[in-house]
Amino acid sequence: MLSELRTIWEVLKHTFTKAETVQYPEEMPYLSPRYRGRIVLTRDPDGEERCVACNLCAAVCPVDCIALQKDTREDGTWYPEFFRINFSRCIMCGMCEEACPTYAIQLTPDFEMCEYDRQNMVYEKEHLLINGVGKYPDYNFYRVSGMQTATKDKGEAQNEARPIDTKSLLP
Amino acid sequence: MSELMPVLLALTILIGGVAGAAILTWFERRLLGVWQDRHGPNRLGPLGIGQVLADMIKLLFKDDWVPPFSDKVVFIFAPTAIVVAMMMGFAVVPFAPGMMIIDVNIGLLFFLGMTSLAVYSVLLGGLASNNKYALLGGLRSAAQMVSYEVFMGLSLMGVVMMSGSFSLVDIVEAQTDVWFCFSQILGLIVFVIAGIAESHRLPFDLPEAEHELTAGFHTEYGGMKFAMFMLGEYLGLMLISCMIVTLFFGGWHGPALIGHWLPPLFWFGFKVFIIICFFVLLRAAIPRPRYDQLMSLGWKVMLPITLINLVITGAVLLWMEGAA
Repeated sequence: MLSELRTIWEVLKHTFTKAETVQYPEEMPYLSPRYRGRIVLTRDPDGEERCVACNLCAAVCPVDCIALQKDTREDGTWYPEFFRINFSRCIMCGMCEEACPTYAIQLTPDFEMCEYDRQNMVYEKEHLLINGVGKYPDYNFYRVSGMQTATKDKGEAQNEARPIDTKSLLP
Repeated sequence: MSELMPVLLALTILIGGVAGAAILTWFERRLLGVWQDRHGPNRLGPLGIGQVLADMIKLLFKDDWVPPFSDKVVFIFAPTAIVVAMMMGFAVVPFAPGMMIIDVNIGLLFFLGMTSLAVYSVLLGGLASNNKYALLGGLRSAAQMVSYEVFMGLSLMGVVMMSGSFSLVDIVEAQTDVWFCFSQILGLIVFVIAGIAESHRLPFDLPEAEHELTAGFHTEYGGMKFAMFMLGEYLGLMLISCMIVTLFFGGWHGPALIGHWLPPLFWFGFKVFIIICFFVLLRAAIPRPRYDQLMSLGWKVMLPITLINLVITGAVLLWMEGAA
C-alpha cells in the first residue's frame, strides 16, 4: 500500500517536469555526423569514384538490399557498372560502411527519405553518388594500395616498399 | 417554467455528458502525457482539442460490423445498456441547490442500482461476442462487479447514518459545516476504490486487460458500438466523480471562508474536475493488479474496512446521542 502511495506521489511530481518529446517537424533533433542514415557513395579527393566494386558490402548486408556489378576501366581499375540500394529493405545497420575497404560507402545523418511509391525507394548509382569525400577527406584507395594501375607501378604507392626481386641473391 | 426546468436540465446533461466524455478522452490523454513527460495529442486545433473531433469522425465512418458468429441482438444491445444506465445515474446528482432532475428520497439507492445495471452491458457484450477473450473479460467483470458492489453500497452507509437520509440533497445539506471526507475517511477510501472497479478504469480494468485479453469484453466491437462502450466508461468516470463530491466533499458547498465567493455550480464542477484528475493520476501511476489480488483485496481488505467503519460510525453516533 505504501509503495502505491509513493508511486502516486512520484508521478504527481512529474507535473512540473519538462516533456522529453522533441516536436519533430518544427524542432529538428541533433544528429551526430556518425548517425546512420541515408547511404551515399563518395568520391576520392581527385574526384573519382571510390567504389572498387569488391562486393563486400553486398555480401555483408544482412537484408541483401545492395546489388552491384563490377566493370574494369581502361587503366585496369575497377568500378561498379551499376550500384543499387533498395532502401525499402535497408535497416541502416552500417555494416556495409564497416566492410568497405575504400571508404566509398558511407552513412549520413539524414533519414527523411519517405516516398509514396515503394519503387522510388530503390536508389541507383546516380542517386547515391555524391560530389564529395564524405567523412574521410584525404583517403584515396589507389594511392595507398599496392595494386598496379596505368599511372602507378608496383611499389609506388604511399608507404609502400619497392618490390623484392625474389630471384636475386643481393640484399 | 418549473415544469420545464427538469426537461431542459436533462437535455443539458445528455448533451453535456456526451460532449464531456468526448473531451475527457482528449483531456485524459493530455494529462497522462504531462505525467509521463510527453505531450499527448497536441496537433489538431488549440492544444490539440480538435483530436476529439477527429476521433469522432473516424469512429462514425468505421464499418459497423457485427460478427456473424455472435448473438446479434444482444451484441447490438450491449453497448447501449451502459450508456443508458450511466446517463440515468446523472438524474439524481445535485449539481447546485435546486439544479437536479429529480430529488428522490432514495437517490443514493437509485445511483447504486444504475451503476449495477451498467454491469449487464459488459457482461452481455462479453457473452454475445462468442469469443474466448471477450468471454473471459465478461467473466472477470461479473466477478469483479459482484464483489465490489457489496462494499460499495456498504461504504456509503456511514454517510447515510450521519446524514440520516438516502436523499442526495439531504446528504449535501448535512455537509454544510464539515465535509464527510474527514469523518468518513475509511468510507471514502473504500468508495473511491470500489468506484474505480465499478467503472472498470485503469488500475482495475481487468475486464479489458489489453495485455492478457487483447481488449476483453469489447474485442469484437468496433466503430460506434465501441465508442458507446468508451462513452459509457467515461460517463461512469464522471458519475463516480460526481458522487464522490456529493457524498464526501460537500457537493456544491465551497470550502469554508472562501466558499461564498463563487457560485455553488462552480465549486461542484471544480471538485469533480479535481477528482477526475485524481482518477487519471491513478491510471498513470498504478499498475493493474492480478485477478486473484483484486479479489483478495476486495474480500479480505476492503470488506473488513467497510464493516469496521460501519461499526465505528454507529458506535460514535449512538454515543453522541446518549451524551446529548
